[in-house]
Amino acid sequence: MQYTIHFSQVLEYIPYLIGGAWISFQIAFLAFCGGMVIGLAGAMAKTFGNRILKAVVSVYVTFFTNTPQLVQIYFIFFGLPQFGLTLSSYEAVLVGMTLNAGAYATEIQRAGFLSVRKSELEAAETVGMSLLQSVRYVILPHLARVLYPPFSNLYIIMTLGTSMAAIFGVEELTGRSFNVNAITFRSIEIFSITAGLYILVTIAASFILLYFGKWLFRVKGKVF
Amino acid sequence: MWASFLEEIPRFFTYYNGIFLLQAGARTIGLSAIGCIIGFAIGFFLAIIRISRERSFLPMRLFSINFVEFFRRVPFLVTLMLIFFVCQALKLQLSVFTVAMITVCLIASGFIAEIVRAGIESVHITQWDAAEVLNLSMAQKLRLVIVPQAWKVILPPAFSFFLSFIKDTALASQIGVIELTYTGKVFNNKGFSAILVFGTILMMYFIISYPLTRFGRWMERKLAISKH
Amino acid sequence: MASYGDDVPVLAGVGFSIEKGEIVSLIGPSGSGKSTLLRVLVGLTKPKSGRVCLDGVPISYVNKKALREARDRFAIVFQQYNLFQNMTALRNVTVAPIKVKKRDPRQVEEEAIALLEKVGLGDKLHVYPDELSGGQQQRVAIARALALKPDILLLDEVTSALDPELINEVLDTIRILAKEGMTMLIISHEMAFVKEVSSKVVFMDEGKVVEIGKPKEILDNPKTARAREFMAKILRH
Repeated sequence: MQYTIHFSQVLEYIPYLIGGAWISFQIAFLAFCGGMVIGLAGAMAKTFGNRILKAVVSVYVTFFTNTPQLVQIYFIFFGLPQFGLTLSSYEAVLVGMTLNAGAYATEIQRAGFLSVRKSELEAAETVGMSLLQSVRYVILPHLARVLYPPFSNLYIIMTLGTSMAAIFGVEELTGRSFNVNAITFRSIEIFSITAGLYILVTIAASFILLYFGKWLFRVKGKVF
Repeated sequence: MWASFLEEIPRFFTYYNGIFLLQAGARTIGLSAIGCIIGFAIGFFLAIIRISRERSFLPMRLFSINFVEFFRRVPFLVTLMLIFFVCQALKLQLSVFTVAMITVCLIASGFIAEIVRAGIESVHITQWDAAEVLNLSMAQKLRLVIVPQAWKVILPPAFSFFLSFIKDTALASQIGVIELTYTGKVFNNKGFSAILVFGTILMMYFIISYPLTRFGRWMERKLAISKH
Repeated sequence: MASYGDDVPVLAGVGFSIEKGEIVSLIGPSGSGKSTLLRVLVGLTKPKSGRVCLDGVPISYVNKKALREARDRFAIVFQQYNLFQNMTALRNVTVAPIKVKKRDPRQVEEEAIALLEKVGLGDKLHVYPDELSGGQQQRVAIARALALKPDILLLDEVTSALDPELINEVLDTIRILAKEGMTMLIISHEMAFVKEVSSKVVFMDEGKVVEIGKPKEILDNPKTARAREFMAKILRH
């Protein structure tokens, strides 16, 4: 019965849960990096590629952004073995999240490319910069400033998205909270603490990303 | 392998299964749509409280901020579990669908509150001053001046949120709500090939989401052109 | 009619009065507190101390009802973004009398049309603000202010945000009101206009009233050092 809330029984599991948060971070980080690489490739393909390449990337992006990440991972985890490719839970989640992130990253990057206005390039030319110089001093800083907020946002979303790995038995934060729940049955207490940990992690991430962005790229914004 | 795959297709796409899938699809859409509508009502209210400058409103403002940040920063699955067990502890005999609906409404209100707030803050502050010196009441200011100008800034991101929310409802399957993802698990457990089953489920989400995405883009274009 | 003294950090030591029919111009450098003074008069900013009196009676900034009643006797036009972008010119003018003062809509509309014709925009009744020039928008804002039948009209740098060729149409409108004897408190940087129209000029600096005088005196021969500095800077171009 949970009329009375007993946190004491659950407190000993907090280090275990924090360890799970670390696993969540790993998954999110790896998938994010992989996604960014795919995103760069995809955006380049859509901007500079031939018609077939553009179509392929379009189909990939449209498909992965219009379907749920959970079902994508279900497909990878349960379906790929039929093609002979069996992945562990952790691998399936990672692949699924990376492909999903890659689709969104492609869109973000492409919007970034399109935002580099011709006038900026012409201004750089008139000042006498070579192509390489205009890339370094004009285009890249502009791109960084424009892309940083949406990518920061994507990262936070992905951090929360790692939670569905629990469904496949991965022992990240949510997965571990399921385990603790199965042992102690103090559900409300456990999931409250888990919620609290996610809030802490995302607030910390928001602040770090914000101040990193302000310092490095002079990006504007606020957390709350 | 392909032989067994092709043999499964007529067994899978039966009339009965089709109805089952369509009902599940309706639940998916229902959860997201109703969640967003109720979420909008709550979120709008929370946003108004948040931007109010009255000193007496401070406790409600703090509540609004905390509420919004909570449901934006906790994963869907964890919130779902929390609501589920709270309802259980309060001895409310609710169906899993109702629990999912409550969860969906709360989460949507958190996200939509921020969207509404951004929309309201996009209206130039002098409009507030001009309305204030004409002695318009708060309700009149919002109804006659602020909201008519804010909704154009609110609608695109709100619709975009609705679209992404359709995908989030997939997680409701974990407490047993018979929506699209759950039916995927059911069929997979019955022995149908995973590729066929989850491929179909993916297609169904796609069929729901893609036209709406296109509509959303069309709507954004129209809003950018039109003025009043 | 109104006298005022205050020591909010922005405004400290303001004291002057306006008689009915007077046109008082407030001049001074940016940040001297001129706009803040107007905002206090209409109750947008609450003063921490001091008094504003209407007809000798102090305005209460604490009692909401009293504030609204006092506010009723003022009307203000801001530098920009005055008009409600989602309403036509006519609707902008009629919305307050109908919705707040609850007057008869038909009568309000007749008066509104007359006012808009007076400011020279009788042909733009059903036009939206984003289709009007800056000068036209300001004139509609003046018409809207007049629709409230105020005792005093407050004008906060109403031409400062306008392109040069649009300034005169607004100044002409103010000239008409001056001739009709409207009591006005004007903040402006248009010194020639200030000299022409005002019955009294108040020079403010750093939140205080530094000098008060007749237009010719203050603008041509300021008595205080700070006023002289300011006039020298302004007249240089």
